[in-house]
Amino acid sequence: MSEASNATPALLDVRDVSKAFGAVEVLRSVSLQVKRGEVVTVIGPSGSGKTTLLRCVNFLESYDSGSIRIDGKEVGYREAGTRQRRSERDLAAMRAETGMVFQSFNLFPHLTAAGNIMLGLTKVRKKSEAEARQAAEHWLGRVGLAHKADSLPAELSGGQQQRVGIARAVAMEPKILLLDEITSALDPELVGEVLAVVRSLAEDGMTMLMVTHEMAFARDASSRIVFMADGGVSAVGPPKEILAADTANERLRTFLARFRASHF
Amino acid sequence: MGYALNFNLIWRHFDKLWGGLLLSLELAVISIAIGVVIGLVLAVWYVSAGRIVRAVIAAYVEFIRNVPLILLVYLVFYGLPTVVDLAYSAPTSFVLTLSVYSGAYLVEVFRSGLEAVPRGQLDAGKAIGLTPWQRLIHVRLPTMLRITLPALSNTFISLFKDTSIASVISVPELTFGAQWINFNTFRIVEVYLVTTAMYLVTGYAMLFALRLVERRFRAAR
Repeated sequence: MSEASNATPALLDVRDVSKAFGAVEVLRSVSLQVKRGEVVTVIGPSGSGKTTLLRCVNFLESYDSGSIRIDGKEVGYREAGTRQRRSERDLAAMRAETGMVFQSFNLFPHLTAAGNIMLGLTKVRKKSEAEARQAAEHWLGRVGLAHKADSLPAELSGGQQQRVGIARAVAMEPKILLLDEITSALDPELVGEVLAVVRSLAEDGMTMLMVTHEMAFARDASSRIVFMADGGVSAVGPPKEILAADTANERLRTFLARFRASHF
Repeated sequence: MGYALNFNLIWRHFDKLWGGLLLSLELAVISIAIGVVIGLVLAVWYVSAGRIVRAVIAAYVEFIRNVPLILLVYLVFYGLPTVVDLAYSAPTSFVLTLSVYSGAYLVEVFRSGLEAVPRGQLDAGKAIGLTPWQRLIHVRLPTMLRITLPALSNTFISLFKDTSIASVISVPELTFGAQWINFNTFRIVEVYLVTTAMYLVTGYAMLFALRLVERRFRAAR
């Protein structure tokens, strides 16, 4: 894994993270680095631990051992070595530094598009209503939904809801954006509009860690691709190398072959 | 048919019914307001508490739900003051009883609503850095309210009708007013027809108002 060079320290540093649900090991000593401005994509068969890994990064899930650091700060536990969970208040402050976009959008149904974005800005970032509203309108404009500021989630299409979800996450100005299969719940014709937003964020230098099944998008937008299988990292490398049909990694080759068979 | 309907005596004493209805509404509103506070606090506590607290809250709910309201009214009005040194008027005693009674029903309504809030919404609240308290106030409660409004409306109307039980301890609410007119005029059919109509219209008006609120909220889903 020489590509995670030592010249610049990783913004996200996942080291030897393991987690089990009962007897099932979902993460086996996973290590992974994301540098500032990098877009890293995690691919792999379902059940390989991709989503769990992502949810550990902002501590929506706890992990049993290992360490996850963002900008040098341990995420869920007080310090590496100790297994002492941070206080809820600390955790909330840590989570505000990461943005997350969900497969099922998870917008707050009682708030408008702008309201969804403003909640974190007013309650967590302590901005005034006016400032928060301005920021919400700015980000809604960025995702092409300036005219939907006062619409409720129920009045928006899936693609529009997901774009609000992205705006809600990036408006907090997180250090890293986590994207969890954000197009999987969308009708095929709505996928493009969401991916276009992600691409433009990547061009702006937003650091991202994403899980996706959109291989073409992963190939075009990622700095590196991580292939996970059975809870472990099986291969890491630049897209061209990982997605090559003749890769030496047999599990990866099987996965890609199956994937191509079912998607093309 | 030897019985001829004659409402004249009812109208002459209508102030007993009208005053009674207003008192019924007052008893219901105060009890429901206190019951909502009890219900909300215990429901929020329940969903975040450990086994012991849960067991205690569940015991309270089960006790209230399995004892007839009329017995609770007797217990609180006649029983309690003989055991402990307490003195309260019949209306106060009834409000106390109905509050505790409605609290038990509302805990159940609110608890099931809180548990029905989709996990994804709570995750989203966590992900933007809201503290547990902020997630409760800004994410969980608003969604819970939306989910529970229909059940809440039914409970409120039920509780309004339950105020008629206050007549057994001589609280001069609507049913008591009807009994008074019956004893004094013997126009039993007329008085209970009019009283029934008054409960019906009031209950229906409440339902209508609550449905309006529901619709407002549903539009905002």
